[in-house]
Amino acid sequence: MIQQKDYASQIHRCFRCGYCKFPTDYSSFNCPSYRRFRFDSYSTGGRLWLIYAWLKGEIKWSEHFADILYACTTCKNCTEQCPMKFAPDIVDWIVGARSDMVEKGKIPPRVARFFEAVYRYGNPFKQLRSDRAAWANGTKKYATGDEYLLYVGCLGSYDENGQKMARCLVDVLNACEISFGILGEEEECCGNEIYMLGETGLFENLVGKNAQKFKEFGVSKVITLCPHGYNTMKNIYPGLGVNLEVYHYTQILNDLTKKNKIKPSQAKAKVTYQDPCFLGRYNNIYDEPRQILRSIPGIELVEMERNRKDAFCCGGGSGNFVTDLLAGSVDSPARVRAREAYETGADTLAVACPSCLTMLTDAVKAEDLDSKLAVKDISQILKESLSAK
Amino acid sequence: MSDVYEALQKIVGKDYVSNQTEERYFYGRDPGLMPPHEPDYVVMPKTTEEVQDIVKLANRERVPITPKGAGMSLTGLVIPQKGGILLDMKKMDKILEVNEKARYVIVEGGTTHAALKSYLTKRYPHLRHSLPDSPPIATVVANAVIHGQGRLSQQRGFNSDLVSGLEVVLPTGEICRIGSCALSQYWFSKGPPMPDLSGLFLGWFGSTGIITKLGMKLYPGKKIRDVMLFLTEKAELVPEIIRKLTHTEMFEDIVVSGQPIPLRFKGNFHILVYMTADSDEELEFKKKMAWDALWVYFESRDGGFVSVTPDMKPVLLAMPSKDTTRFADVSKGGGFEYSGPITPIDNFPIFIKKLEEKAEEYKLSYGYAARVIDAGHSMMFPFSYTFNRANPDEMKRVKKAMDEAIEFALQKGSVIWKPNIDEQQMMMERIDPNTLKLMTSIKQLLDPNGIMNPGNWEAK
Repeated sequence: MIQQKDYASQIHRCFRCGYCKFPTDYSSFNCPSYRRFRFDSYSTGGRLWLIYAWLKGEIKWSEHFADILYACTTCKNCTEQCPMKFAPDIVDWIVGARSDMVEKGKIPPRVARFFEAVYRYGNPFKQLRSDRAAWANGTKKYATGDEYLLYVGCLGSYDENGQKMARCLVDVLNACEISFGILGEEEECCGNEIYMLGETGLFENLVGKNAQKFKEFGVSKVITLCPHGYNTMKNIYPGLGVNLEVYHYTQILNDLTKKNKIKPSQAKAKVTYQDPCFLGRYNNIYDEPRQILRSIPGIELVEMERNRKDAFCCGGGSGNFVTDLLAGSVDSPARVRAREAYETGADTLAVACPSCLTMLTDAVKAEDLDSKLAVKDISQILKESLSAK
Repeated sequence: MSDVYEALQKIVGKDYVSNQTEERYFYGRDPGLMPPHEPDYVVMPKTTEEVQDIVKLANRERVPITPKGAGMSLTGLVIPQKGGILLDMKKMDKILEVNEKARYVIVEGGTTHAALKSYLTKRYPHLRHSLPDSPPIATVVANAVIHGQGRLSQQRGFNSDLVSGLEVVLPTGEICRIGSCALSQYWFSKGPPMPDLSGLFLGWFGSTGIITKLGMKLYPGKKIRDVMLFLTEKAELVPEIIRKLTHTEMFEDIVVSGQPIPLRFKGNFHILVYMTADSDEELEFKKKMAWDALWVYFESRDGGFVSVTPDMKPVLLAMPSKDTTRFADVSKGGGFEYSGPITPIDNFPIFIKKLEEKAEEYKLSYGYAARVIDAGHSMMFPFSYTFNRANPDEMKRVKKAMDEAIEFALQKGSVIWKPNIDEQQMMMERIDPNTLKLMTSIKQLLDPNGIMNPGNWEAK
C-alpha cells in the first residue's frame, strides 16, 4: 500500500508568503497555474489555504475548487522555492488532498474521464490496447537476454509527437547496437499521472500489472522515454516493492556519446533546452541532456532565462497534457514558455519529454512561431545528426 | 449585483473577475490575526483606464473598493471590511522607465519588489532600491502606501520618503499626477518645490485613491556588501550604540535583532551593521569606523563584534530575507503577527522588556528585528509573536499580547506602523482633534461616496 504523507495535520503551516510563485532570481512568476490565472487562489499558497478551509468546513467542495486543486502540475517549483522546513512535503500534501477528493468522488469531470480511460483502456487517450504498438514499426519485442526494456509509456505509444520521439529513440539505440526490446501491446500505463492526481487505488493496480509483466519477462533494467515514467519507476515503485534499474533515455545516450559509441556529424542549429520537471526538479538530471546536445558539432546551446531548477513547466504535468486545465489563453504555460524559448534567438527548442514535446509543439503553433522555432526531442536531434553522415 | 459582475467582466475581461467562493475566501483574509471579511468580487485590472472604469462603476453603484498588493502587512489593511470589489493590482506589473542619472524608476501599481530587484540586478546593477524584508511578492506601491521600510531606510528614511511621483485614480474616477510628473516628463520629485500632495495618498491604505503608477528613487548599487555583528547583553546600551553607529554616516542598514530560542541567543542583543563598498579599501575603512565607534564597549567588556560565520553570512545578506519569513513556522503553525511602533531609539530597552513580559504572560514565542530609520530619528520596533493557525487559543493570546503591547507603545509616545483598524481607532482617540478633523475633511473631499477601503482611517 502507498503510504501518503499526513497532510491534514500539517497543511495549516503555509504562511502564504508567495515565495512559491517565483524562480530563484524573481524574474517572473514560475508557478504554472498562478502564471496562467493570476488569482492568488491558483498559487500554491492559495491552494494550501483552500484545502485547509475545506478540511475545516469553511468552504464546501465545488467544481471550481477542484479545478484549482487539479490545475497544479506538480512541477515542484514551490518545493524548490518555499523557505519553510516543510517545503519537501508540499506536493505530497496536494496529492494527499487529491486522494481524499478521489475517495469522496469529488473530482473535476476531466480528471474523472482521465481515470476512467486509464482504467478501461490502459491509457488516458481511450485508444485501443491493441494499438499500443502501432508506432513501433517492427521494433523488436523484449525477450530474455535483452539488456534493457525500452518503456515508451502512453504518450510514446499513442500521441503523434510521442510516437515520432519513440521511433527516433529506437533508431538511435539500434544504431548503437544496444540490446533492448519493447513490451508493445503488453505495455501498461506507468501510473505517474494517476499517482499525482491522487487515484492511489488505480495506481497500485497499474504498478501491480507492470510488476507482474516485468517479472514475467525477466526485466530488471528499464530505459524510459518519458521522465514521468522514469520518476514513478525510480522513486515510487520501490515503495511498493518493485525495484528496477531505471534510466531515462538521456542518461543512456549521454553515456554512449561519452564512450564515443555515437559520433554525431556536423549540424547547424541554435538550440535551447526545456528541462522537464520530472527529470530536473524531481531527479536532478540537468547535465546529461545538455551534454548530449553539446556533443553534436555545430549546435550552439543557449539557455532560456529560467533554466535547470528554475525552469518553467510546460503545463503538461499531473495529467494536464490531457485534462488541459491550464489551456485557452496566451498566458497558458506552454505558450509563455514557447515565447521565452523564441526570445533566446534559438531556432530549435529541444525537449526530453513527450509531454513537453506535445505541449510545446502546440504552443509554438498557437504563437504562430512554427516556421521559426522547431520543437524537437533530443533523440530526434541526435538521429538527424547521425543521418547527416 | 449581477449587473456589477457583468460590468466588471466588460471592463477587464471575464478571466479576470471572480465572484466564486474560493477567490472570495482567499482574498477575504490575510496571514495575520484580523477577522476575515469577504469581498463580493475579486478583479484584476491591467491598465489605469480599467481602474478608472472600475472606480466610476463603483461610484455609480455605491460599491466599496479595496485595492490590494500582496496583502503582506499582516494587519488586515486590505481585508475588505464592507465587501464590494477587491482590486488585485498585481497584473499591473510593468517597469516603465529607469532614469539612470536622475536615479529613479517608474513602476505600475502592482509591480512586486522582487520583480524590480531582479530587473535592476540584470539591467542596472549599479542601481538599487530599498528592498523590504517582506516576502518578494510585496508590491512597491503597497509598501510605500504603508510607509514601509527597507534596506536603505537607515540612510534614506521610510520607503514612502523615497517616492518620486504618483499617478492616482481618485475615488471619483479622475486620473491625477502628483509631483514633478504633474507638469514635466520627469518623475524626480513627489512634491518639492511645489506643495507635496503625495501625503494625500501615502499612509492612507488606499482609502483616498488607487495608485496606478509610482516613481521610486534609486540609489547606488555598490559592488560589495557585508555585515558585522555586534553583541551586547545590555539593552540599556543599545540606544547609545545606535547613536554612535549612525554618527559615522557609514552604514547601509542597522538592525537590532534577538530571539530566545535557540538558547545561545537568549539575552543577547544582536546589532547587525550592514555596509556597502566599491572596493576592499572602502569596506575596510567602514569596518574600522564601526570598530572605532564601539571600541569603548569592547574595553568595558560590555559588548563586542563577533565573527559572522560563512554559513550565517548569506542568510544575513539575503535580499529579500527568507529567514524573516521562516519566523512564521517557529510554532509550526503558519502564522506570525507583528505591530511595529515607530518610536524614539531611547525606548528600545523598555520595549524589549514589554515584548518579553507579554511573551511570558501569554506563553508565546517571540522574535524581533528592530530597524533604525533615517540616521536614528526613530526606529521600528516590532512586537512580533508567532502562532499556530490550528490553535485558536494561541491566536487569541497573541492578539491580547499585541493589543496590550500597542497600548503601552502609544503611552510611551510611539506612532503605530501599518495599524490594523482597531489600532487606527486607538490612535484616532489620542490624536489632536483638529488633526483628526483635517483628516476627516480630506477623506470626505476626496471620497465623497465613501467607497475607498472603508473602515480604514474612519473615526467612530
